[in-house]
Amino acid sequence: MTSVTSVADTAPKTYAWEIRAEDLRVRVGRKKMAVDGLDLSLGIGTHGLLGPNGAGKTTLIRALATVLRPAGGELELLGTAVGGLGDHRALRRRIGYLPQEFGYYKRFTVREFVEYMAWLKEVPKAAVPAAVQRAVERVGLADRADHRMKTLSGGMVRRAGIAQAIVNDPAVLLLDEPTAGLDPAQRLRFRELLQELGRDTCVVVSTHLVEDVAAACSDVVLFADGRLVFQGTPDDLAAAGGPEHPGDSPLERGYSALLRNSGRPGGTW
Amino acid sequence: MRGGTNGEHASRRLIDDYARGDAAMAADTVWALEAHLEACAPCRSLLAASVATGAPEVAALVDTVRAGLEPQLDAAAGVRPRRYRPRWVSAWLTPVLAPWLAMTAAVTLLALLLDAVASPTSVGGASPASSIAPVLPLCGVALSWSRALDPAYELTASTARAGLPLLLRRTTAVLLVVLPGLLVGGWLTGTMSAAQWLLPSLAFTSTALALGSVVGVTRAATGLAAAWGAVVVAPAWITGHLSGHLPLAPGLLLQPDRLPVWGLLLALGTGAVIARRNVYSTL
Repeated sequence: MTSVTSVADTAPKTYAWEIRAEDLRVRVGRKKMAVDGLDLSLGIGTHGLLGPNGAGKTTLIRALATVLRPAGGELELLGTAVGGLGDHRALRRRIGYLPQEFGYYKRFTVREFVEYMAWLKEVPKAAVPAAVQRAVERVGLADRADHRMKTLSGGMVRRAGIAQAIVNDPAVLLLDEPTAGLDPAQRLRFRELLQELGRDTCVVVSTHLVEDVAAACSDVVLFADGRLVFQGTPDDLAAAGGPEHPGDSPLERGYSALLRNSGRPGGTW
Repeated sequence: MRGGTNGEHASRRLIDDYARGDAAMAADTVWALEAHLEACAPCRSLLAASVATGAPEVAALVDTVRAGLEPQLDAAAGVRPRRYRPRWVSAWLTPVLAPWLAMTAAVTLLALLLDAVASPTSVGGASPASSIAPVLPLCGVALSWSRALDPAYELTASTARAGLPLLLRRTTAVLLVVLPGLLVGGWLTGTMSAAQWLLPSLAFTSTALALGSVVGVTRAATGLAAAWGAVVVAPAWITGHLSGHLPLAPGLLLQPDRLPVWGLLLALGTGAVIARRNVYSTL
């Protein structure tokens, strides 16, 4: 299958990192600074965004998706500065985003839903049917493509969400808790898809499942209280933990060791 | 083409060699021939004939594969995607807007019915229909870009089309449904003329969009509608026949000599929307 190649795809890259944040601050509500002084550089690959509940993962992903405006600092996506009141149109065409709890129109079929999202993302009209079919096939929903969204199970809805995120062949793909609601077999298939996408895309996957990161990610970003705690390969994360740290796997031990070292206050949860 | 070709096309001998898979052919010749074949239908038909006569084993192989695939291909080709709505509808209206438009139409109908049974001067010199007509489109406008009421808001907000053009599309769709309804209804009952309410309703819509760039479209639209109800319609309604003397009675505000004021409001709203057009993409 041939896909329509745009000028943006063939132009040489003029930026070093797909995502670059410097002292980034993002506010949630009026007072809470959910992302507070984050320095982060992410390139091509699958990046697992790990962190305890309330660390600011969702806020960070929403800011990366240009839904939230940063309150301070610098954020550059694909070499374009985000933050001012500039026109984000060209940038948004190249972003794929799956929110944690994404709403959809229940009466749409999967194909109509993904098609509608492709239209919103300004996929060229002639390329829409093929792009939709390809996205739906990649998430394994081809046999359900003409069923209404309300008849799908939770896992299938999530896969439809992944399909809409990849329908425009994004250069930056942001997935917020994409594995929630997937059964083990689907999760394995999804990890394969993540690895495949990570070859030519900057994929950011926020998750609380350490094993997802081990299996699918080339890079781990550990995030707590709005700040970067650790960035490195899954092996580096495993090496950070010793037998004295709580956890069932080397990665979990590394995770708890790093969070403890970061001096994160908190209760037993 | 050069080298072993005759004029602008590949020679018969070259195509025969190619069809037989002649290993003695130079790589650059093969490359040039393939490039030519891609663009030249007559040479491709020569190649097809040449494969059939010169390389029967290739033709047989291709036929076998084709025969094996045929049942599957026939089954796949016949399926048309099932659609419940034409594609252009969702470009102008979100599914959540439809029930609200239906409700707006019902309210219009009700107001016109009230008009028909009550005397036209019962509410501050204006009929019920014409006193709510200016704010009727706001119901739909409030829904056109709403975080709370549109389930797909979060997805839509991150896409390239999010912003003023999409908002204007949806607002236009709302106006295209609401205004003709009012127009036809008003003409049928004969209680209100288009001149009375058309300009005010457009002015309200543009003001809602302009204020929406600051406080959010839903808040702006509901706020304006509530303000109109509280400040203008309700006092007139409560005081009944005396309302003709109230300074803010709808009947007075909607009189033809007030039209320049409404026109000014419309112009101001439109100007503000244009000036702040970039803000809408990150509402």
